[in-house]
Amino acid sequence: MDDDAGNRPNINGGKKGAVGSPLCMERRKFLALSALGGCALLNNPREAFAGTGFKGWPKSYGMLTDFTKCVGCRSCEKACNEYNEMPGDGSSYEDSSVFDAVRRPTAKTYTVVNRYDNPEDPDKPVFRKIQCNHCKEPSCATACPIHAYEKTPEGAVLYDEDLCFGCRYCMIACPFMVPAYDYDSPLEPKIVKCILCYPRIKEGKLPACAEACPTGAVTFGRRRELLRLARKRIAAHPDKYIDHIYGEREVGGTNWLYISGVPFEQLGFPINLPEKPLIELTKGFLSSVSVVFTVWPALFGMVYAAVSHRDKYYERDEGAKAGKGVEK
Amino acid sequence: MNASDNNTINGSGGSDFRSWFMDRLLIGMTWPEYAKSLITPFNFLVAVILCFAVPVFGSRYLYGLAAVTHASHDYPWGILLGWGLFGGVPLSGAGFVVATGYYVFGFKGLKPIVRLAVLSGLLGYFFAASYLMIDLGRPWRIYYPMIMGFGTTSLLFLVAWHVTVYLTVQLIEFSSTILEWLKSRRVHRWAMLITVAMTIAGIILSTLHQSSLGGMFLLAPGRLHPLWYSSYIPVFFLASSIYAAMAMTIFVSTMAARYMTNRCDKNFLGSLDYVTLALGKGCAVAMYVYFFLKVVGVAHDNHWDLLGTPYGQWFLVELFGFVMFPALIFTYGIKKSSPFVIRVGAVFAIAGILLNRINIAVVAFNWEMPGHMHHIIPPWQEVYIVVTMVTLHIMLFRWIFNRMPVLYEMPEYKDMH
Repeated sequence: MDDDAGNRPNINGGKKGAVGSPLCMERRKFLALSALGGCALLNNPREAFAGTGFKGWPKSYGMLTDFTKCVGCRSCEKACNEYNEMPGDGSSYEDSSVFDAVRRPTAKTYTVVNRYDNPEDPDKPVFRKIQCNHCKEPSCATACPIHAYEKTPEGAVLYDEDLCFGCRYCMIACPFMVPAYDYDSPLEPKIVKCILCYPRIKEGKLPACAEACPTGAVTFGRRRELLRLARKRIAAHPDKYIDHIYGEREVGGTNWLYISGVPFEQLGFPINLPEKPLIELTKGFLSSVSVVFTVWPALFGMVYAAVSHRDKYYERDEGAKAGKGVEK
Repeated sequence: MNASDNNTINGSGGSDFRSWFMDRLLIGMTWPEYAKSLITPFNFLVAVILCFAVPVFGSRYLYGLAAVTHASHDYPWGILLGWGLFGGVPLSGAGFVVATGYYVFGFKGLKPIVRLAVLSGLLGYFFAASYLMIDLGRPWRIYYPMIMGFGTTSLLFLVAWHVTVYLTVQLIEFSSTILEWLKSRRVHRWAMLITVAMTIAGIILSTLHQSSLGGMFLLAPGRLHPLWYSSYIPVFFLASSIYAAMAMTIFVSTMAARYMTNRCDKNFLGSLDYVTLALGKGCAVAMYVYFFLKVVGVAHDNHWDLLGTPYGQWFLVELFGFVMFPALIFTYGIKKSSPFVIRVGAVFAIAGILLNRINIAVVAFNWEMPGHMHHIIPPWQEVYIVVTMVTLHIMLFRWIFNRMPVLYEMPEYKDMH
């Protein structure tokens, strides 16, 4: 039902499919509060101004990885490296010994698949594909001092190498430890991370990994649809799945979603993350900046004035005093 | 620059320049005399350190950061920033804290030490920026946050702007000293006029960037250990920078009086004990404030249970061994009126600041990663870069002490301060 509305500007996004959606309910509540104007401001001025009403691009695309379907064939790795012209980490795609160590995306590859023990069934290990999660409000973009990151309305988080000076704060800020850096390059080091095959999405094609997956473990679609699909799968097989869609709420939600048969912490997912976007953690501090700029000059100027006034006052007294000390 | 060349080209103007050059830069010596004066055991040691630094720095810029650091995809920052930036900036708050005390709050007794404090701040920020130039992937783009793109949500954007502006402010604050060295009168008068404005600008900028350095870690709630991660972390960084600045002023003035005695005037040497005690009092107050703020931080997040874990014990070592203990040393020193005890406390307090910043940037960061303790051991090259930078820092201090009226007053400018 969303497909026809898909290409409309997002201003209309709330009209269809809005009914009953928890996201839109909150937005409406927020608007109602705003309509009250002064009352909303009195309530919590910071949040009213900070635009917490932004719930992400409504029509954005995303991916759903279903770990119960992944067989560890690494077709996604291969397709990704080929399409994006990445060198890969040098291992053969047929070589299963790479699973002996836990790997991570590096400067040479956007995505890797790791193997984890399955506590339920030791004969059936779980495979986890890892890459950028394309957060709805990405922390890397919040951290970047040069605005080299962009969250596109399509859902992809893109990085512009031409703006980057290599501080690597985005790598510190990423809760999933995704961005990699090519430390070996003296002249053109850059951040490397998954781009959600942005050029392919623009052409109307599937991302390379989703197209290559032979088992349907990686599904491309609109994030809203994927959430529905994930819920449907969990509801149909409650014995097979953990009742949790990873990425639905973590750090404000990610465009890449996951469902799994084993708890996510056993697959190396961070589970200590807040549900609000990480930018919310710095907003309070940022809002104090202008206060310091306006109040400090007056405050310290006043102290200076008071002290120099006192000095002058006593100097005058001393000049005029006739043997008597002036006590204040 | 060859003085004899100038002589032949400019005639008498050249000889003016020559005498100016010898007087100002060679401290009143001729080239051969000056070269001879440089041959000392200390300078020999420095020369050896710098010779070995050439290949280390060379490999960083020729083969990339991987050649000299253990920086990895999971550990983007190491001791270059933990020591140089996060440790260097609070210790360089000397300029702002002491100048505020003297110019704004009217602690006139601090006068003999104000210039030294401002110089410490200026050099400290210059070197903090230099450490960043080593650690940035593309240091030649360091001006990008000023021109190419504005990441207005980024606290690093704020730090970049403030440190740049503050370096300029400090240069203006210190300019009266440079102008006296260059024997300029008119510009000097102008520089003195704006001192108070510059000091207040310094307070604003320092308040914000000292706290922002801590605030940068607000984005890493899962990755920084919960005992060090706190929504109060900007306040912790600001509060600790205030005693860090005073402790560093005590340390630098002690070193200067000891090793540069011939560049200190009687006024400086004579008032040093008084100033040390005064700063020690300030340190003690600021450290007790900081200690209780940290306790409030633990209470606010209700992390008492974590204090029993190994990280919790390390946290307690930092808090009691390097905050409470030096604060008690200061208190004892004040009670006994002993500048020596205060100086011991200052060294402890400085160590505590470095420990805290390295704990946050390196030790408690990624604390849940497998093999974490192995990852955070820096390679010798990275340590050697730090050693080299500290050496250069000392050399630059000495070069300025030998030339500019920092530790003494020029008689002809005495009434103008």
